[in-house]
Amino acid sequence: MKVPGRIVAGALFAILLGAPLVLDRYWVDVLNSIGLYAILGLSLNIILGYAGMFHMGHAAFYAIGAYATAILNTSYGVPVLWTLPVSGLAAALFALVVARPIIHLRGDYLLIVTIGMVEIVRIALINDVFGITGGANGIFGIDRPQLFGFKIRQPQHFFYLIWLFAGLTILLFSLLENSRFGRALNYLREDEVAAEGSGINTAAYKLAAFVLGAGWAGMAGTVFAAKMTIISPESFSFWESVVLFMIVILGGAGNIVGVILGAFLVVGLPEVFRDFASARMLFYGLAMMFMMIYRTQGILPPRPRTYRLDGVGEGS
Amino acid sequence: MEQFFQQLTNGLAVGGIYALIALGYTMVYGVLKLINFAHGDLFTIGAYLGLTLLTSLALTDHVGGFLGIGVLALMVMGLVGIIGILLERIAYRPLRESPRLSAVVSALGASIFFQNAIMLVYGAKFYVYPQDLLPKSPVFIFGMPVPLMRILILVASVVMMISLYLFVQKTRIGTAIRAAAIDQGAARLMGIDVNRVIMIVFCIGPALGGVAGMMVGIYYGQINFTMGWNYGLKAFTAAILGGIGNIPGAMVGGLLLGVIEALGAAYISMAWKDAIAFVVLILILIVRPTGLLGERVAEKI
Amino acid sequence: MSLLALDAVSKRFGGLTAVDRVSFTVEAGQVIGLIGPNGAGKTTVFNLITGNYRPDEGTIRFQDQTINNLPTHRIVSMGIARTFQTIRLFQNMSVLENVLAGCHCRMRTGVLGSLFHTPAQRREERAALKQSLAELAFVGLWDSAAQLAKNLSYGNQRLLEIARALASRPQLLILDEPAGGMNEQETQALIGLIGRMRQQGLTILLIEHDMKLVMKACDRLVVIEYGSKIAEGTPGEIQQDPRVIEAYLGAESDEDED
Ligand SMILES: Nc1ncnc2c1ncn2[C@@H]1O[C@H](COP(=O)(O)OP(=O)(O)O)[C@@H](O)[C@H]1O
Ligand SMILES: [Mg+2]
Repeated sequence: MKVPGRIVAGALFAILLGAPLVLDRYWVDVLNSIGLYAILGLSLNIILGYAGMFHMGHAAFYAIGAYATAILNTSYGVPVLWTLPVSGLAAALFALVVARPIIHLRGDYLLIVTIGMVEIVRIALINDVFGITGGANGIFGIDRPQLFGFKIRQPQHFFYLIWLFAGLTILLFSLLENSRFGRALNYLREDEVAAEGSGINTAAYKLAAFVLGAGWAGMAGTVFAAKMTIISPESFSFWESVVLFMIVILGGAGNIVGVILGAFLVVGLPEVFRDFASARMLFYGLAMMFMMIYRTQGILPPRPRTYRLDGVGEGS
Repeated sequence: MEQFFQQLTNGLAVGGIYALIALGYTMVYGVLKLINFAHGDLFTIGAYLGLTLLTSLALTDHVGGFLGIGVLALMVMGLVGIIGILLERIAYRPLRESPRLSAVVSALGASIFFQNAIMLVYGAKFYVYPQDLLPKSPVFIFGMPVPLMRILILVASVVMMISLYLFVQKTRIGTAIRAAAIDQGAARLMGIDVNRVIMIVFCIGPALGGVAGMMVGIYYGQINFTMGWNYGLKAFTAAILGGIGNIPGAMVGGLLLGVIEALGAAYISMAWKDAIAFVVLILILIVRPTGLLGERVAEKI
Repeated sequence: MSLLALDAVSKRFGGLTAVDRVSFTVEAGQVIGLIGPNGAGKTTVFNLITGNYRPDEGTIRFQDQTINNLPTHRIVSMGIARTFQTIRLFQNMSVLENVLAGCHCRMRTGVLGSLFHTPAQRREERAALKQSLAELAFVGLWDSAAQLAKNLSYGNQRLLEIARALASRPQLLILDEPAGGMNEQETQALIGLIGRMRQQGLTILLIEHDMKLVMKACDRLVVIEYGSKIAEGTPGEIQQDPRVIEAYLGAESDEDED
């Protein structure tokens, strides 16, 4: 008997939600990291997976969201969760301004420019631009988030905050994937000239993908800032962007389940290799390489969408 | 004026090193359309192998500084070239028909592997190159003193670049490399052994990157297992700046980037040095979307 | 008023003048053939009309509006759809989704509608599915709706491009060598399809090397050579034109191989 993928996914998600009841703090914290990276990976997936744009600077948007929260909270006393929309908008606005002149760059030229973007943001943070980012030390003393009077402070609390956010992301993005918007991004990944020639405003969709992906990463930044209570430029280095890039490509660019699996592998594997002590990252590098060679399209590449055609009929 | 001149020569020397590394990116990109993200680590390996050979063979004691370093440089090139060939065989060949970004992830995996392998073998501490290899006396140009080392680095990198250029333009193998870069399928039909071309490119590129690592060791005196990441990124920037896939472009891009950085650090801000390079890159790409020397072909439809 | 009018349109690539002051008009309801030897500049003319290239000189008017400087997707939504000489399908997507791409410019759902699947979004989506299936049925690919585009035969891929173009509900359909790579039987079916499309009131501009098809399907022919128009008229007139015979039909015997 064939069980629908949706039911399997739902069941796995339910099991996951029970995890904090049996795991110790350390592993719950690992799961929290995975969840956060899953959200970030899914937001990058819109740009890199669906639209196929070579983007290796996603940490820049994440950073802007996290800093927006940190600044608003520590300097202006805005409650952490209230900053969520501001973080999203700030990152989205930044993406809109930055992406506009570079969006037409092809493949690898876009790749290096996005790398440059994340580096410039990091250096700007280190140099304490506008005197509000706290320089190399970053910003500390960010409040814990409060939800309906309940203060979220333990890893188990954050676990539910993060994974509910992840669940919402999965839900919304799978709706997005199965829509005119999601299809349009796929068309431009497959063949930009043909997409434009079929009547799709490719420039606008590229920009929209960037803005949406960036805004979502910005909101993830809020959660990150709340979880850490201290943020600094080094949390948003080029390396973070690389990790997110690997999550999407290794997991399966354009496939939501694949990206989540990617987050588990890319973030979780170093924990599994902990027994190798200092050789841990050596094996990690090898594992990345061989998984990619073994599954050249990513571990779970996207499958073609299916459409319910009953009642639609043959038309003429 | 004096300061400007010093910064300029320093920028050219660093730029020469960038250019040598950038050539590896651009040559590989030319034939495979692949960005070899592990290239920076091959550069690091070159720096460490150079140091190991230098201290263990003590060649410079027997045959003198210049000849000794020359011979060692050739050995480093050979060894890193072999590692490059192995890298292609293991990490990239299985992905040749796959989506391009899959190979990028494999390259990132290889990069992590190399970096940690170096760390495991040598440890995480900084290593110091011997400082008495070459005469220290400055050379006077326009009446201004320039460290001899700086001149030597620049001359050595320019000589290697010109040799490579002549090799690619004038020899049979060079012609094959250019043909494979234009159209692999057509090159194959013309009887060119594309696999061999790829192998040669994956030998030459890493060899140049490796020797650049050794040059950095000699120039700055200090090496560390993570240095390849930054140099690799800079060199990749240089390759794109010049127009990736274009060999003279990598040379121009490298030298230009070195000079921009040196002058930017001196006259604008040291703290923003790394950002200046990227800002210039982005501005140039906005004006010339395929780099300085990259061809601007309107896509045929 | 003509549906489409080119007035002294030129396009240069570096030193090469690919299209040299070409003028012609397309009247509503007609099937026009654009013919000429390989490299004459026919595809370039198409790319100028669809906004893939910008003309260096001259004006292109569609329904009395100048479209010279409009982006391609705007031109499509104004009512010009095309197929490509080298097939450009979304290879890894299903046949049905390829056709849905054509529907895109007639749909309205934005990001929010797409994120939340509003009732309006669902209605529109259903209508688009229905139309896409109808277009597939029209070109004879209904059975293949769920297949990946890359798995279709060459001839069927050409038909799928036509279905995708039709889905944007064009007034003018531009076909670049639609019979290229088709066998005799498929070409016959294509001639039938062109006939049915004109019956539906569609205006068609096509490039084709297959002379049988051109003579049978077209009302009027425009001949270009080295970027310049050298003749224009009914298929009968063109067949008699000495310049055309010299420039093009004379070379036709060795044209068949490609
Ligand atoms: N994007 C382009 N860049 C440079 N030359 C081009 C481009 N597109 C077409 N050409 C040149 O223009 C001429 C006409 O080409 P084309 O319009 O494709 O001819 P046809 O379709 O009649 O066979 C050819 O010489 C071709 O090489
Ligand atoms: Mg043509």
